[in-house]
Amino acid sequence: MAVDLAVPSKPGATPEVAGRSLRQLAWARFRRDKAAMTSLGVLIFIFLVAIFAPLICSWFGVDPYTFNSSVISDDGGKPIGAWGGISWQHPFGVEWGTGRDIFARLLYGLRISLAISIIATTITVVLGTFFGIVSGFAGGKTDAVLGRFMDLILAFPFLLIVLALSGALTQRITSLGVPEGNASRLVYLILIFSLFGWPYLARIIRGQVLSLREREFVESATAMGASGRRILFKEILPNLWAPILVYASLTLPTYIGAEAALSFLGVGILPPEPSFGAILADSVNYFKLVPSYLFIPGGILAILVVTFNLVGDGVRDALDPRAARS
Amino acid sequence: MAGYVTRRVLIMVLMLLVLTFAVFVLFNLLPADVARLTCGKTCTPQTLEANRIKLGLDQPVIMQFWYFFKGLFVGREYYGGPTPIECPAPCLGYSFQRNELVTTLIAQRLPATIWLALGAFAFWMVGGISLGIYSALRRGKWQDKTVMGVSLIGYSLPSFFLGLVMIYLVIIQLKLLPFPRYVSPFENPVQFFQAMLLPWIVLAILYAAFYMRLTRSQMLDAMGEDFIRTARAKGLPERTVIGRHALRAGLTPIVTAAGLDLAGLLGGAIITEALFSLPGIGSLALSAVVNPDQPIIVGTVLITAAFIIIANLIVDLLYAAIDPRVRLA
Repeated sequence: MAVDLAVPSKPGATPEVAGRSLRQLAWARFRRDKAAMTSLGVLIFIFLVAIFAPLICSWFGVDPYTFNSSVISDDGGKPIGAWGGISWQHPFGVEWGTGRDIFARLLYGLRISLAISIIATTITVVLGTFFGIVSGFAGGKTDAVLGRFMDLILAFPFLLIVLALSGALTQRITSLGVPEGNASRLVYLILIFSLFGWPYLARIIRGQVLSLREREFVESATAMGASGRRILFKEILPNLWAPILVYASLTLPTYIGAEAALSFLGVGILPPEPSFGAILADSVNYFKLVPSYLFIPGGILAILVVTFNLVGDGVRDALDPRAARS
Repeated sequence: MAGYVTRRVLIMVLMLLVLTFAVFVLFNLLPADVARLTCGKTCTPQTLEANRIKLGLDQPVIMQFWYFFKGLFVGREYYGGPTPIECPAPCLGYSFQRNELVTTLIAQRLPATIWLALGAFAFWMVGGISLGIYSALRRGKWQDKTVMGVSLIGYSLPSFFLGLVMIYLVIIQLKLLPFPRYVSPFENPVQFFQAMLLPWIVLAILYAAFYMRLTRSQMLDAMGEDFIRTARAKGLPERTVIGRHALRAGLTPIVTAAGLDLAGLLGGAIITEALFSLPGIGSLALSAVVNPDQPIIVGTVLITAAFIIIANLIVDLLYAAIDPRVRLA
């Protein structure tokens, strides 16, 4: 219920002094945060690179699947040339044994990784917000049951349960008609990340709803005879965007890391489909001789996660100045 | 107090029962074919059928749950072979691939995991909390910014990448340590420390990052409180003001996080154990996923989740001891 309070304008007051919305305030604060702005720039660049990966690869004349026997030695398949075969044709070198271009594999791995984490984060946020609101708004028995249910889900360590259910759930997904192999694994990763990720957000949302419900503006809306639905959508939901946005921006890098970890352990996305984790797992065998094979993909993965986290921190500081770091 | 404790213990027991049911549902009703998941990579139709009968999958679901549940408390027997396999309580299952009781397998793997968890815990608590306090006291200065930057990188780095970099630098390039080969500390303490040092450091860096931030923000909150001014006004030395008054006031969330993290780690640090080839519960679970052996997976998940639920209770009880403001409601 936005009520316009007519503020008597003082004579001589500059007309530019206008009320700013939370969004404008937050954006102004975010823009002053140099680390966050730089990271945002890097992220936009990374997104563009991921979106246009096929185009970029064709410019360089590389692709992630072709075996190149000409760039690896005949005995043992060692990349020819220093630093794992880094050259103008293959900017990040080539894979040991197959000669596949690592630059192209990383770009395509980036696409898969971003796709999984963005979809999973979206589902997580929808589920978390929905159940958080239900729990906080309904209260009583519903809240108690949902609360215990969340406790139960949270009792399973994230990585362990993702790993543990991979066999069982992938099998079920395949039996439901999703093609076997990486398609099923992709669906599995998105499903399991969302199913075991939402309670963290739901708890935060529940707490927010509980405190918002007691605020004066909700009380006045109730007093004016607003329906429960109106209070929910017009009064409470607009105030939840801040925690949702903060949580989403910090969840995404977690999922990127989890996907990489699972592929590293051999239960995520499997070759020939490229992924950061699988490339790093392969690099273990060769990094003694070709350190760049470990440091280039690992470094890019680390930069990806760090920039996401920096943007997430920036968003949090901008939306909630009280929780700011300094 | 006694009423509170009893109530909390009762809730915990209830949670454990529900947990058992949830684990059963997840692992027995979710997959399309459970027997296939106990049969490994090299699976013949004969073993598949044999496992189906041994597991009691030919029986109604209710009976299956009953056997599973009963096994935890009074043990059970697996039929289907020439002689029934005795699985005494607490029966977490039987691995048909390894011909071992899951309880035995977990018991064998537990020491390595416990050593890993405790060592890393000591490192990260000391490092995380002291750096967090230091950072809070130097708030806004370059020391604070450095610590926070390190912490950001620490919690952003994927654990396996950090571990690989450590292996590359410390073991391969600088040759400071031999490649880790785990032994019991009672057998060969020197080799034990050589094997555990890197895993401890890797885990500690990952976890300490979070504790630095948490401690720092807790300290900053507490330092703004009136009781800190009172303590200073009384003329207490700064050391006491910080240690006794500020830190203690902000300790509750740190204890919560520490209890749950430690419990989670006792269920196995999957990536760290895999990287440093430590024979712990995490690598047991991983091998059972890579080469499908569902009974082992179910056992490790059940144990770990139970650890966390129990840790939840202990943490809640500790609250009351640390923070007199907590009402036992």
